[in-house]
Amino acid sequence: MLAHLPILQVILPLMAAPSCLLIRKANLVWLFTLAVSFAALIVSVLLLQQVYATGPISYTLGGWQAPWGIEYRIDLLNAWVLFIVTALSTVVLTAAHTSVQKELEPNRQTVFYTLYLLCFAGLLGIVATGDAFNVFVFLEISSLSTYALIALGKDRRALWAAFQYLIMGTIGATFILIGIGFLYMMTGTLNMADLAARIPPLSESTTVLAAFAFIFLGICLKLALFPLHLWLPNAYSCAPSIVTAFLAATATKVALYLLLRFTFTVFGVDFSLSHLPLDILLVGLGLVGVFAASIVAIYQANIKRMLAFSSVAQIGYMVVGIGIGTATALQATLLHMFNHALMKGGLFLALAGLVYQLGACRIEQFRGLGRTMPWTMAAIVVGGISLIGMPLTVGFVSKWYLIAAAIEQQLWWVAVLVVLGSLLAVAYIWKLVEAAYFQAPEVDAVKEAPLGILLPTWLLIAANIYFGIDTRLPVEVTSAASQFLLGGAAQ
Amino acid sequence: MNSASLLQLSLVIPLLAVVGIQLTARRENVREAVSLIAASALFATVAQLYLPLLNGQTIAVHWLDILPGLALAFRVEPLGLMFALVASFLWIITTLYAIGYMRGHGEQNQTRFYSLFAVSIGAVMGIAFAENLFTLFIFYELLTLCTYPLVTHAGTDKARQGGRTYLGILLGTSVGFFLLAIIATWLLAGTLSFKQGGIFSPGTSVALLSVLLGLFVFGVGKAAIMPFHRWLPAAMVAPTPVSALLHAVAVVKAGVFVLLKICLLIFGIDTLKSIPATEWLLYLAGVSILFASIIALRQQNLKKRLAYSTVSQLGYITLGALLATSAGMTGSALHIVMHAFGKITLFFCAGAILVAAHKTEVNELRGLGRQMPVTMTAFFVASLCIIGIPPTGGTWSKWYLMLGTFEAEQWILMALLMISSLLSIAYLLPIPLQAFFGGKKPLEIEAGTAVVLKEAPLPSVIALTVTASACVYLLLYPDIFYRLIAAGI
Repeated sequence: MLAHLPILQVILPLMAAPSCLLIRKANLVWLFTLAVSFAALIVSVLLLQQVYATGPISYTLGGWQAPWGIEYRIDLLNAWVLFIVTALSTVVLTAAHTSVQKELEPNRQTVFYTLYLLCFAGLLGIVATGDAFNVFVFLEISSLSTYALIALGKDRRALWAAFQYLIMGTIGATFILIGIGFLYMMTGTLNMADLAARIPPLSESTTVLAAFAFIFLGICLKLALFPLHLWLPNAYSCAPSIVTAFLAATATKVALYLLLRFTFTVFGVDFSLSHLPLDILLVGLGLVGVFAASIVAIYQANIKRMLAFSSVAQIGYMVVGIGIGTATALQATLLHMFNHALMKGGLFLALAGLVYQLGACRIEQFRGLGRTMPWTMAAIVVGGISLIGMPLTVGFVSKWYLIAAAIEQQLWWVAVLVVLGSLLAVAYIWKLVEAAYFQAPEVDAVKEAPLGILLPTWLLIAANIYFGIDTRLPVEVTSAASQFLLGGAAQ
Repeated sequence: MNSASLLQLSLVIPLLAVVGIQLTARRENVREAVSLIAASALFATVAQLYLPLLNGQTIAVHWLDILPGLALAFRVEPLGLMFALVASFLWIITTLYAIGYMRGHGEQNQTRFYSLFAVSIGAVMGIAFAENLFTLFIFYELLTLCTYPLVTHAGTDKARQGGRTYLGILLGTSVGFFLLAIIATWLLAGTLSFKQGGIFSPGTSVALLSVLLGLFVFGVGKAAIMPFHRWLPAAMVAPTPVSALLHAVAVVKAGVFVLLKICLLIFGIDTLKSIPATEWLLYLAGVSILFASIIALRQQNLKKRLAYSTVSQLGYITLGALLATSAGMTGSALHIVMHAFGKITLFFCAGAILVAAHKTEVNELRGLGRQMPVTMTAFFVASLCIIGIPPTGGTWSKWYLMLGTFEAEQWILMALLMISSLLSIAYLLPIPLQAFFGGKKPLEIEAGTAVVLKEAPLPSVIALTVTASACVYLLLYPDIFYRLIAAGI
């Protein structure tokens, strides 16, 4: 059993997805989905423990040996990401029952959970696999189900948003496929470890360079790195609330994982950072993204959209970490993946509660919320404070590492811009605070969000504080993972 | 009880107070009693640390490591104890005052007010006893966040505007400069623990240290050095007890205390002297003192005038710390105490005038001395303390500051301090003098009716009498604090 953990991680939700259609009853389907996600969480925790204790695990699918068969390879990096994805999915799902019941028609709820599990399986597959083509397959599984999930949104604009994402996502996936094709052409292999060994001698080849460019661009599209982020705000703001929370907490993290995997493991640090001015490109784009997206966020009246832009900004920080490229910087990125998942998961769940009670979440709905929905609003304030990066919250921890990494490399201007960027977050978060606590409510009859949403929200918000004080788990794992990424590039 | 547990206790009491206040929210008298008991208990706890510390005992507590090598830890050192003593003592008095003021003024949300007040004091204890810059920063930010709802207590548009400025500047400077400086210090020195004589190794680049010092001075926005002083006048929309304890004592003193501690225990006197930037920052502090005094002179709103006076006096403290002489540092530390007692009295008076006579502007106060003799006398005494002339404790701090400029041979700064003292006479003393002797007699007297004595509620009057007496007491017995300062510098 333990030996089969890597494949269980993926196959469990993948098989569970069609089973949903057999159960049909919405309540049962929800319970089933939750159970599957929880099982996946347990698997990922076991994997993380095992990898932390004994080093990378290699699993050969169907017993076919590595370069020929498909290999699942779990090291600290993807074990960490698997843990983030499964943990956040499980918490978000606990809130799904209440929210989905309200937002979706009964006949669509079963479909919703089926798609959710498919998307979940796809994301886990991307992370777990050690095979480049397999990445593409799972990418398509997760993307296609994501398009459908977004299109389930109540608003008719959801269709347009889903279509827009479909176009952008397909371009991204195609680019990745082309890049993988080029690599296969040059090396004759699709296994990542094998690719890593065969690329260095070919590093002068233009084809390999082109492959890298295609893959890089494709991933950046999926990652919504500025200026390729245009699909994200629409998709996030139109999708059902639970989908937004799930995607914000997991999907971008997985894309970021791909970026790390391809630049550091497959192509190797030497290739990635020496053949192209990738470091400057990533730091530059990341910082521009932080500022552009944060400033746009300040002027959004739809709060889901505001937080979506804030996500684009936060992706900027993570990319800056990759651009700097030292152990501390990578650790900052890995930490922020986890921390950002906690913040945005919590914040979007809080918004789900708001949508449940008020039907929308525009700034007008926030008026007087401090009085009518005190717990939801308190969650938003704490989540916002974490987003800003105040001490004793997780946001502070990742910011500390990122600034330290910049100063270590004498990149003072980066450090200054990072802190200035986080001040912009104060502006958009405080807009909510002022509306909620200084203005009278429009309708007085608004009640607090139901416990079904409130409890998961506060679980994530409490995690924001807990992991901001007891930082051992994330700091130790990411420290080891970033060392591994730099040292184990040519494993 | 041993000293380490006392230290723990002093950090926990404010939190217990919050719980108590929330539990007794429905019964006003009990709730206020909880506040008073907690404040007295805190002061008693902190006071018990006094003798053990002077006897050379090490009092330290280690809570946990937040990041590897960065601990949430506390250690009592003389200057911190001085700050904690002042803040906890004045918490008792302010609570007493607040009972009279908040009821007399019919304020809303009093439970929230008293709870956040206690949290703020807890944050101040954290700042006072922090063992390293990291811990200090955590409580520094906590103080900003938990005082925000106090500043915006009224909930009006004006309060919201003030709150924006307050939060914008304090968060902006602390995240933008202070945090950056702390991380850079950590990378440069390998530690953030406060240490006598500084933590930088002798070979550290002077240019880098200059940048750091600049980041620290601007980053500690609570010290209100120009051009980052605007939050303080903006914070005056708060209820008067908040202005009194937080914006004359706790918050602003936390700022200058942090600066003093950084100068003394992160840089060290010798390193500080060798940095060229010190000179520039000294003049900046000087400019801040002078400009703020001039602005204060032109303020008609009483609380605004006091706020600008605070900005100016905070400049004195920063200047004393940057002089990098032992007399300068001593004056700086003493002025933290003396100004605290003087300014809190002035704010108490301003609040008492508001509650009893509903006046906020300076020119409305003529002849008020007949109606509120106690309040106006206290105002007079406290003014003397701020200006620095006998019979008040302010004399000592100004004396040492002058001595400091003399030792450092900063003649221009010395002249500047003198001019500013004259200015402070001009913006403070006319208020009580006109109240007693100035202008026309009130209409009632001309009409033949007797003058009505109408002071603020009794608790408030007691509070301001105590602090005003303390100003005088400190002239005669400054050595309670002087011994601590001498041990700390």
